[in-house]
Amino acid sequence: MVSEEFGFFIDPQRCIGCRSCVAACAECGTHRGVSMIHLDELDRLASTQTGPTVCMHCEDPICAMSCPADAIKRTEDGVVHASQKPRCVACQNCELSCPFGVPIVLPGLEQMLKCDLCYDRSSVGLKPMCATVCPSQALLFVPKHEVAALRGSKPLREFRIGALTIRTRNAIMVPDPEIPLNLDASILIEGDL
Amino acid sequence: MAHLPTDASRLRAEFGPHLNTAPPGGWDADLRPERIVETHCCFCGQQCGIKLKVAGNKVVGFDPWEEFPFNKGKLCPKGVKRYLQGAHPDRLLHAMKRTDSGFVPMGWDEAMERTVTEITRIQETYGKDAFAMLSGVSLTNEKSYLAGKFARLGLGTRNLDYNGRLCMVSAGAGNKKAFGVDRAANSWEDIPLADVIWVSGANVAECAPITTDYIWRARDRGARLIVVDPRITPLARTADLALPLRPGTDSALTNGILHLLDKWNLVDRDFVRDHTSGFEAALEAARDCTPEWTSAVTGLPAAAIEKAARMWGEAATSFLLHARGIEHQSKGVENVNSCINIVLATGRIGRPGCGYATITGQGNGQGGREHGHKCDQLPGNRDIENPGHRAHICGVWGCTDEELPRKGLSAQEIMNEIHEGGIKGLLCLCFNPVVSLPDSTFTREALEKLEFFVSLDFFLSETAQHADIVFPSALHEEDDGTSTSAEGRVIRIRKAVEPPGDARTDWEIMVELARRLGKGKFFDHFTSPEAIFQELRRASSGGTADYGGITYEKIEKQMGVFWPCPTEDHPGTPRLFEGGRFFHPDGRAKFIPTPWRPPMEVVDAEYPVWLTTGRVVFHYLSGTQTRRIGFLVEQCPHPYVEIHPRLARNLGIAEGDAVSVATRRGELVLPAKLVTTIRPDTVFIPYHWPGNLGANRLTARNLDPVSRIPEFKVSACRLARTTPDRFPPELLELMAAGKGA
Ligand code: SF4
Ligand code: SF4
Ligand code: SF4
Repeated sequence: MVSEEFGFFIDPQRCIGCRSCVAACAECGTHRGVSMIHLDELDRLASTQTGPTVCMHCEDPICAMSCPADAIKRTEDGVVHASQKPRCVACQNCELSCPFGVPIVLPGLEQMLKCDLCYDRSSVGLKPMCATVCPSQALLFVPKHEVAALRGSKPLREFRIGALTIRTRNAIMVPDPEIPLNLDASILIEGDL
Repeated sequence: MAHLPTDASRLRAEFGPHLNTAPPGGWDADLRPERIVETHCCFCGQQCGIKLKVAGNKVVGFDPWEEFPFNKGKLCPKGVKRYLQGAHPDRLLHAMKRTDSGFVPMGWDEAMERTVTEITRIQETYGKDAFAMLSGVSLTNEKSYLAGKFARLGLGTRNLDYNGRLCMVSAGAGNKKAFGVDRAANSWEDIPLADVIWVSGANVAECAPITTDYIWRARDRGARLIVVDPRITPLARTADLALPLRPGTDSALTNGILHLLDKWNLVDRDFVRDHTSGFEAALEAARDCTPEWTSAVTGLPAAAIEKAARMWGEAATSFLLHARGIEHQSKGVENVNSCINIVLATGRIGRPGCGYATITGQGNGQGGREHGHKCDQLPGNRDIENPGHRAHICGVWGCTDEELPRKGLSAQEIMNEIHEGGIKGLLCLCFNPVVSLPDSTFTREALEKLEFFVSLDFFLSETAQHADIVFPSALHEEDDGTSTSAEGRVIRIRKAVEPPGDARTDWEIMVELARRLGKGKFFDHFTSPEAIFQELRRASSGGTADYGGITYEKIEKQMGVFWPCPTEDHPGTPRLFEGGRFFHPDGRAKFIPTPWRPPMEVVDAEYPVWLTTGRVVFHYLSGTQTRRIGFLVEQCPHPYVEIHPRLARNLGIAEGDAVSVATRRGELVLPAKLVTTIRPDTVFIPYHWPGNLGANRLTARNLDPVSRIPEFKVSACRLARTTPDRFPPELLELMAAGKGA
């Protein structure tokens, strides 16, 4: 069981795009060699901002609801697990339905894989691999009550996607609007070309 | 002599870089680790703690080492994937000699004899100093120390220098001038306590990723961040103030800040009076640096300069960090001192939350600049020309003053001298000058003129490809020792596995060579890294970098010991300069006047665009190791040129176009990467690749007059769109590999 005390917080503002999370995820014992994290350059032309995507561990996971084989289980501690191999028919429904674009059905593997919060680690009191290595705490796994003290920004656990409201175990840190985002060097300098 | 023995593509086919993408036996082998070894990352100066999983004689994976206080388990992707260099197919397993058709394995004994014969022949024919040695600062402290002693007493040459010359020497020289000692003034623990953080010329997110966490911790408490860099790096993206200044104008900016601090009465007059000297002269040098003047030179708005001066001047606590951006210049030392001037003027150093540091770049860049493998230095940061310092080292080494060579040439000057014909032989240890020195065409020509070149390396680096004899040496995880991190923390490197094949540790190779050169009496007692460390302790005792009280046990118990640590009951010194006491004989810090002058090469009609170079997070320096690790290569397979869309539009360049970038030294054809995050008058190329992909084909051999560091960060170039058929074949190969990933 993953302690209810602990929350997973994603803070894209702090992400430096290093892909340490991607590198480390692939080293985890459950899905060796395959990373369950997506790391996107949002718009490299305009910004160095990058966005890490990990499973949000939804309260009512659409991936599981859309699974015809009932292969995706959510445990009491709020962790949504990768598909159970004997059941999974690799139909990709989960891949198509997840509003966050998380599950991966690898060609040749015939099984859906996704972030399971490094259950082998988090169920014994360790942090998920990505949150352990992330150099700038863009991925953070800490007791929930600590996060306010650790951050100016606020955790968001409820998302409106179309008509759906999705509540999640993991939270996205919403940045402080006061922090300026300076994205174009040319507007920070005077015309000196 | 030292031409490539066969064509480069055949060497690549045989010796790589090939990609290792999976642990030994593949992902499915799932080898159960038999042992966990707590050690450190082999790459950057932060020296993160890491646990290596070992099975058989192989490193099969990693685990975060959360108890290690510096990084608490955090790692950049290089650290995560470093274990893949271990059982790598490109590892050198035998001594080799060049033949007309390539390298062939040879017996160890024959390789040793040939090397000793050639060294002796060259020195008898041309003099001792005609044989030079270059070494690296990824070496442990023990090996750095031994390299210094081996060159001076084993080879008897004065011409020894190190690749720290391409890294932090400007910071070292500036720190010595100002503080009388060369080390980060604080442990990183003071960063989160600072109210304002000033970062100059440091792409912290990519070159020192763990440091971002310390900065964010300060910002979580409300600290403000000022980042000075021609590019808006990932850390600068969210800074309170990003100052994308024109390359080469760093000290103009800091002089401008000093000018305003004085004008607005934000100087800590008491601190300046009681603990420093030279303030008036420094101020005089900044007298005319009004915001308008500073704006004209730096290309920053005057209002931004004033805002920076207010933010910096009015804070209660502060930390200033800088790195290669200001140090890799022909006025690197002046840039460093101009930064120190604004630290001293506000008196914010030597107490909690008040600090200053250069972010050491190379793994053991800090230790490497203390133990005497610099051309002008003896262990303990002693001066090779100082009679007292020489006498101390002669005492420890058991040699006479005549036996101890004097000051020699620096790294680039050694290469210049090889090109001139004055140096005929070279031993290169863990240094890849063909990629990392500026003006690589010149470097290659120089190596081709050598009569004899011997290389110690674990992969056949682009430089080792020119060698007559190559000794297979050992990886980081194949030897014990210590290293000193960017913070000044001495840490323990632990051996995880034995070197494969005939490979041996660098120290064993050096000791054996010394013995065969008839100098065994100075080296025979070095039977282990710890034995070398014991002598290093005595040699450094009483020097500024005093390791006298550091033992392996103490390092393990305390998870590192900060030098100076003069006695065994001394806990070490995380924060220097407490109570405003500095290392100069009068106890004061020195302001150094830094009147601004332009870089040695400036833009003109023919070469109208500034060129700057640097790192990406996925590669380490010349890439000898990281260009062999699958994951890292997939993330950044090849170099590119970052261009602001406004400049690109003027030149008709679109994203991905082939662009010719030419300087007075040479030309590269690279794909364009259009980004608004760089000044429109400046372009950037990452430097980790060799040959036709090497940014150092373009950079100049201009040196800082004090530190002799090359001016990697400022060149003048011209750009033109060209056709993709001009992409070099190596680039096309790498692009294809990148797409396949
Ligand atoms: S984020 Fe996607 S994969 Fe994760 S639980 Fe929700 S629906 Fe399933
Ligand atoms: S490890 Fe952290 S900072 Fe690096 S890419 Fe992943 S989320 Fe971003
Ligand atoms: S390269 Fe540097 S930051 Fe990355 S893991 Fe190694 S020591 Fe840490």
